[in-house]
Amino acid sequence: MNNFSNDLLAAAPEVALAIGAMVLLMVGVFVGGSEERKGRVVLPMALALLLAVGFVVPRFDGAQSAFNGLFITDDFSRFAKVLILFSAAIMLFLGTDYLRRNNLLKFEYSVLIIFATLGMCMMVSANDLIALYMGLELQALSLYVIAAFRRDSTRSTEAGLKYFVLGALSSGLLLYGASLIYGYAGTTQFDRIAVAVSDTDAPLGLLFGLAFFIAGLAFKISAAPFHMWTPDVYEGAPTPVTAFFATAPKIAAGALFARAMIEPFNGIQADWQQILAFLAICSMFLGAFAGIGQTNIKRLMAYSSIGHMGFALVGLTAGGEQGVQAMLVYLSIYLVMNIGVFAFLLTVTRNGVQATQIVDFAGLAKTNPASAAAVAVLMFSLAGIPPLAGFFGKFFVFGAAVDAGLGWLAVAGVIASVISAYYYLRIVKLMYFDEPGEPLEIVGGIEHRIAWGVAALLMLFAVAPFEPFNGLGAPEAAAKAAEALLN
Amino acid sequence: MADASFIAEYRWLTFVTFLPLIGAGLLLLFSERSAEDQAQIKRFSLGVSIVTFIASLALLRFFDPTAEGFQFVEETEWLGILTYKLGVDGISLPFVLLTTFLMPLTILASWGVTTRVREYMVAFLILETLMIGVFVSLDIVLFYLFFEGGLIPMFLIIGIWGGANRIYAAFKFFLYTLLGSVLMLVAMLWMIGEAGTSDITVLLEHEFSAEPFSLLGVYLPAGIQSLLWLAFFASFAVKMPMWPVHTWLPDAHVQAPTGGSVILAAVLLKMGGYGFLRFSLPMFPVASESFATLVFVLSCTAIVYTSLVALMQEDIKKLIAYSSVAHMGYVTMGIFAANQQGVDGAVFQMISHGFISGALFLLVGVIYDRMHTREISFYGGLATRMPIFAIVMLLFTMGNVGLPGTSGFVGEILALVVAYQASTWTALVATSGVILSAAYMLWLYWRVVLGEMTNPKLADIKDMNTREILVLAPLAAGALILGVAPGLALDMFSPTVERLLLDYEAALAAAETITTAAAD
Repeated sequence: MNNFSNDLLAAAPEVALAIGAMVLLMVGVFVGGSEERKGRVVLPMALALLLAVGFVVPRFDGAQSAFNGLFITDDFSRFAKVLILFSAAIMLFLGTDYLRRNNLLKFEYSVLIIFATLGMCMMVSANDLIALYMGLELQALSLYVIAAFRRDSTRSTEAGLKYFVLGALSSGLLLYGASLIYGYAGTTQFDRIAVAVSDTDAPLGLLFGLAFFIAGLAFKISAAPFHMWTPDVYEGAPTPVTAFFATAPKIAAGALFARAMIEPFNGIQADWQQILAFLAICSMFLGAFAGIGQTNIKRLMAYSSIGHMGFALVGLTAGGEQGVQAMLVYLSIYLVMNIGVFAFLLTVTRNGVQATQIVDFAGLAKTNPASAAAVAVLMFSLAGIPPLAGFFGKFFVFGAAVDAGLGWLAVAGVIASVISAYYYLRIVKLMYFDEPGEPLEIVGGIEHRIAWGVAALLMLFAVAPFEPFNGLGAPEAAAKAAEALLN
Repeated sequence: MADASFIAEYRWLTFVTFLPLIGAGLLLLFSERSAEDQAQIKRFSLGVSIVTFIASLALLRFFDPTAEGFQFVEETEWLGILTYKLGVDGISLPFVLLTTFLMPLTILASWGVTTRVREYMVAFLILETLMIGVFVSLDIVLFYLFFEGGLIPMFLIIGIWGGANRIYAAFKFFLYTLLGSVLMLVAMLWMIGEAGTSDITVLLEHEFSAEPFSLLGVYLPAGIQSLLWLAFFASFAVKMPMWPVHTWLPDAHVQAPTGGSVILAAVLLKMGGYGFLRFSLPMFPVASESFATLVFVLSCTAIVYTSLVALMQEDIKKLIAYSSVAHMGYVTMGIFAANQQGVDGAVFQMISHGFISGALFLLVGVIYDRMHTREISFYGGLATRMPIFAIVMLLFTMGNVGLPGTSGFVGEILALVVAYQASTWTALVATSGVILSAAYMLWLYWRVVLGEMTNPKLADIKDMNTREILVLAPLAAGALILGVAPGLALDMFSPTVERLLLDYEAALAAAETITTAAAD
């Protein structure tokens, strides 16, 4: 019994989220009044829950495995969980205004976000193929529903359905791969798989399974060539949902990917390294080229995120502590940039309609200089131009790649980053060089301005070589997390 | 002499570097509603740039040209793996001063800007910080940060305040130079991994392997050094710019506003030459030697080809832009000749070209502000209406041609001496460049300033006003003083160049011994 209470304590954040979500479901059902009233009651509670858990997670220390090794909590999972919980809370909060304007503020939305977040926390703490799948599906099922949250819109429904069908396919691939791995390694637990593959050459069947397993994971982080769902879902889903998709799930899937490669398969790094390098190159170049032709900002951000996942994968491909650290640093910076950009996209309307075309931003620098400057900083940062923080993300991942003897991958990466710079510059060009058309309205509250302002300032100053900035402790925390993963 | 240690103690270099940035930050507090507001913004920006210049003079005052190594060094831990390290030596100090000296003049020359003045000044002041930063960085990543960061304000300057085709020019400028630089980034990452530090002073001591090998069937005579050299070359050659990767420059120059053109020609191009001297030559000596012929061929081509192209131009700015490419040809030739006259000449030529090309672009700006065209055929006979303009233009035309008595002569003659040492043929080609430059510059002068004034639109053109004279007078003084007394500048950087070349020779000799030992 004592053992079980220890297990529960290790999984306390997840337990709290699970109970909280179910309580909120009850609250939503029993509170009377209109749908919007229910939504307005539940949303602050959901926020408080996410933030409370987010503040509690970093108080834990050390590594502990629970539930007979199915579940693990260590510095790595805590690093990812802090990012996931806070970004989920921020995105839930920033989306409120949009949801209210579009009559979408229903309590189920908040509850689904918490369930998705719970799934993500499970993912990054999974130490077993079964636990991994459980977390992944909990997350994915919640996301399928909120992608189609705007039930009266065909696009939103289409997005949800598309995501569901392709997501089911990828889960099938992942399960098939997992079953092969189980078949050849004789266990589903990561550390035991590591033992099984370390002493001998990995059997062909296991490698076969590994390839399927990676394909399934690649779908989840939308790495090319498994990215097809991303642009459609990004475009079709309501903007707050897109904003959520672009942030927390990406971190979770990235962290899961890192653990699922490093913990069980570190011994056969050479085997998965080439698959990951292929995924990274495809993603970087697809993100760079396909983004050029986009006219819809949400689709553009979809291709941008595909490209960024490619860059993050470069870090994982390099492997080792340095590579994992680079990947985590990259993901953290990516997260801040996307929070900033989406905080902006959530609030711009033209004639009462959400502005989603890139040309809508023409001349923004004249009508709204402060927000244009902030968005320009974010765009330059997304493009990875120094001295902005986005550059340092690339600096870390390419540095790891070069040190791991993957210089060619770094060369491919920097070339892709130059190509993708074109479409980020195009947004700056529209805002600064072109004449304004019909004026854009910024309808959001002060919180949105704060969000994109802080994001832009972080891009400018987070890496400045003086206290209290100097990276804000992120590289050190990422290094600690990577160390925990590799030992 | 007063004690110079306080400069490092009070982080004077950081102060000089970031003073313009602080000024830019304060500018954001200004409002820009009336013409009076705009004038206030301009006066404030001018003040900031003048204070920066004065602050940078303190560096000159306490700089000891004969001392070894870097001076005024300051260092701070940065992101765990990097160092924030600044310092200057004889090669970087002249460029710092050139930047701080030109910036007030550029701002004064931009007095006529009336749209989005605040943003304009912010962009220029940020650019100044980034430019100074390039020359004082002693950390390779910090250098890259400043080097690439300069693209952002310049992109905005060309794109917002530029001419009709500004968007094309801004994108071309940005993407072209970015593509050139990212390969350098990969090389830097490799060097950091190899030497275990990003500190330039340590990297200068580090010996990168020069053992030859073949990569994908291509024989690399200096092995890893060849690859690193090529990666750096890709970046600096584009920035310089060298033929055949110079095509972004004429577009950028023609479309940029006057102030942008001045900074581009006078300082941004010099980053390429500075990079060659700071990285390529001392860090990869064996590769530098093996690629010297390539550089010579490209330089000679640039000198002759772009001079011929300049002859055919109908746009004044384009002509001067092509002439810049030709003049940079002498610089690259001098640097990779790797002897005292060559490198001295290259550094001198860069400083002198900073004055002369900057002034020429300002002069184009003077007549462009009046007539809003840069067509050569539009003008003619300006001397009758604008005598002061004619005199100043004559001075800088002669400077660009390399007439003795102007600073242009010193750099050119040193480069030609080097060319002659290399081979008679190189000398022949390089000298023909001098003749060609005389041809296109004098022809330009003749078509624009001399002759009959046939265009009736020019009848009321006013001569240069006090502000314009004030902008050009310091440049004219600089070009003349350096022409008569080149020692003023040479004494500053010659000892550093000498030490750099001694190390270079020693590294080459060491590599030679290793190769012979391996052959035995």
